[in-house]
Amino acid sequence: MQSIAFNLNGKPVSVTTDGDTPLLDVLRNHLGLVGSKFGCGLEQCGTCMVLIDGEPAKSCGKALSTIAGRSVLTIEGLGTPERPHPLQQAFLDEQAGQCGYCLPGILISAKALLDRNPAASRREIAVALDDNICRCGSHARILRAVERAAAQLREGVSR
Amino acid sequence: MSASAAPALPGMLRDNPRLDQWVRFTRPGQVTVSTGRVEIGQGVLTAMRQIAAEELDVAPERILLQTGDTELTPNEGYTAGSQSIQFGGVALRLACAEVRGLFLDHAASQLGHARAELSVDDGAILHRGQPTGQDFWTLAAMVDLAREATGRSPIKKASEHRIVGHNLPRADLADKVFGGAAFLHDMTLDGMLHARVVRQPRRGATIRTIDEAAIRRAAKGPIEIVRDGNFVAILGVDETIVEAAAAVAPGYVAWDNIEALNPFQEEARWLLQQPSIDKTYGPPPPADPAPAARSYEATYTRMHIAHASIGPSCGLALYRDGHLQVWTHCQGVYPLRAALARTLKLDPAAISVKHVQGPGCYGHNGADDAAADAAVIAMRRPGQPVKVRWRREEEFGFEPVSPAMVVTARAVLDDSGKPADWTTEIWSGRHTSRPGGGGNLLAAEALPDPPPPPPAVEGPPPPGAGTRNGEPLYAFPAKRIVHHLIAETPVRTSSLRGLGATLNVYAIESTMDELAERAGQDPVAYRLSVLTDPRARKVVEHVAHMSAWHAGLPAGTGKGHGIGFAQYKNMAAYAAVIAEVEVDEIVRMLRVWCAADAGLVINPDGAINQLEGGIVQGTSWALKEGVRLDENGISSRDWEGYPVLRFSEVPEIAVELIDPATDRPPLGVGEASGGPTVAAIGNAVAHALGARIRDLPLTRERIMAALLRT
Repeated sequence: MQSIAFNLNGKPVSVTTDGDTPLLDVLRNHLGLVGSKFGCGLEQCGTCMVLIDGEPAKSCGKALSTIAGRSVLTIEGLGTPERPHPLQQAFLDEQAGQCGYCLPGILISAKALLDRNPAASRREIAVALDDNICRCGSHARILRAVERAAAQLREGVSR
Repeated sequence: MSASAAPALPGMLRDNPRLDQWVRFTRPGQVTVSTGRVEIGQGVLTAMRQIAAEELDVAPERILLQTGDTELTPNEGYTAGSQSIQFGGVALRLACAEVRGLFLDHAASQLGHARAELSVDDGAILHRGQPTGQDFWTLAAMVDLAREATGRSPIKKASEHRIVGHNLPRADLADKVFGGAAFLHDMTLDGMLHARVVRQPRRGATIRTIDEAAIRRAAKGPIEIVRDGNFVAILGVDETIVEAAAAVAPGYVAWDNIEALNPFQEEARWLLQQPSIDKTYGPPPPADPAPAARSYEATYTRMHIAHASIGPSCGLALYRDGHLQVWTHCQGVYPLRAALARTLKLDPAAISVKHVQGPGCYGHNGADDAAADAAVIAMRRPGQPVKVRWRREEEFGFEPVSPAMVVTARAVLDDSGKPADWTTEIWSGRHTSRPGGGGNLLAAEALPDPPPPPPAVEGPPPPGAGTRNGEPLYAFPAKRIVHHLIAETPVRTSSLRGLGATLNVYAIESTMDELAERAGQDPVAYRLSVLTDPRARKVVEHVAHMSAWHAGLPAGTGKGHGIGFAQYKNMAAYAAVIAEVEVDEIVRMLRVWCAADAGLVINPDGAINQLEGGIVQGTSWALKEGVRLDENGISSRDWEGYPVLRFSEVPEIAVELIDPATDRPPLGVGEASGGPTVAAIGNAVAHALGARIRDLPLTRERIMAALLRT
């Protein structure tokens, strides 16, 4: 048992458990944040994607002990229905999803990309999302939504 | 028909005839609408809301939708086969129209106005457009909905639609985009135990030894082990500990009676040597063989295909005070209840099954099995909720897969090079083995006294199962399907989006291209020369127009285009697809166009989303997918072993609907584009290579082999 402190969605948290516990389990079971999904537990599908110090990471494969003192952003910290992140608004505007299980992880991957490169081309967006699987086939809409959000973010910056 | 004879009710309304099974006015300002159909990622709840709001004349927001709950909703069997709108939606539409009519009848007599002068606006009764002070809720106590539907109330014409035909946004999407507890997987109950099952490696396998002490030692905390017969489960309050124990547990269980599997069976041609249940649909074959110049024959195959849902299956159950409550993301809550009653030897009345959304579902996947796992364990832990979430390896290794298939297309040509006689001969494992009958639940098979496997039975086409779309829609003078249903397959098989249609359409449409080439004709023109159904012609013509189809582009240049067409099940939506590809060692998808006629479309954007999904999934099937086998069973147990299409491999997609605001009835659209997409890609790749690949998927090895043949 270890007590491990880190920053989660802008707030300090501390969790006491086995340091080997995957961050995804900590989020879902210890902290009650179920937005990040379990898809494979093998770091292959991206449904559990979070940002750790701004970098996209598959939380199913990150032991809690490696998170100490770092900053984690999950889908819950991206935006709210009252104050949606431009990506979330764009996904709603484009109706970009079918079952929606992959969307939290895709939104996080897209945020990591646009933070780094707000002028990302469609090709660059697609390559950045290759770490995320969507099985329903909503890809075309998801790509459109990320393009829309990128345009909006660029506009926001230039204003 | 005499004037008094009632019109035939659609099946769902006949099975659930009481109007208050569909519509109730429970609270002022709110309408409770029930549907047996469930949301499996296809957006059906949004469409149902639109249908009910339209026919009742209330704002969509007023509708509280109840769905898939044995305590609350009509029994509509399974949400499957692209039938939700075509059948379930049509039943709901008639029920809502009748309810609205009953309120108007009552209002007319109570207010003393002519019925024809009354109308409804957002639930308020108007007289010549002016408020009457009455609405559905003020009148609700006086209008008895506990009566049987007659199906006689007229439904609205498309020109009157204000809600149907518009792109109402998905109500369930926001919760998913903001990280809410949108799925069964996210649901927790007080005192809930997490559980994992140590699966029987194969049906009939028996435990020789199990080292429970070693499993407990390997666990990093407290776990319990439940065992009954060959059913073994690990449970505890800490999911991390349970998951880790489940990952190592198979190493501590030794099994007997495991029938080794022949890995050769991962390719489909072994089916040709199997005993089969044989049926012919259509006229007998011609007595004399046609001369070679007049005959065509080619054989097409595909491997088993996985559902490969993005989230593994999950089930949640609580047994308390003699009643079992089950939460599931399966496609049919009533059939699952019946199967659980058989398995657990309970009265169905002692079981409630409620649908909660799960990850995308494209057919009979592991959802029923996971629910049964949870139920079996919950029965042994009364008062404690039990959640089972399958492991990724378990999902790939144990979900029912879509069967491998072989299809031979055979044609005898007339003088103009068109088929005078057509045969589609199909060899396939079963495409339907749903657990409603009590068999084919993994937990039940592991418990003592397992049920027999469900018999291999498939209904005739249309719609058929393995035979689905085996009959070309083309106007050939004689057409038949010869079906060889193979009961014994190396792995468990059942329904996956499209069922037999995927390979049947691939075989038929590949043949059409080859016959066109023989006849020296353009593939689009050749199809139109044998297509008489005007709706079929229209989608083919329209997709050719969308893609700016050019006849006569040379083959074998490394770049190609191809077309695929089918009317799904020969009775649902029409779809024509054109694919444009580049091929070197692998296939690069450039663009895909699709034109579809789905009759009246409730939510055009939702329908287009479904067609797009079918195009992407079809592309993935065509280029990448095939379940791998070794002697232990399915060996492709992760996303590296079972790759699917990724974002950077997805083509540009354009989909258009033909005449969506029609008065023709809705046609199911969810499975319409998959088969035509696979076929279009096959034809495009053949055009690009100048050589045809008849075995799916179209892998690098097969492309290289085809290039060597050119």
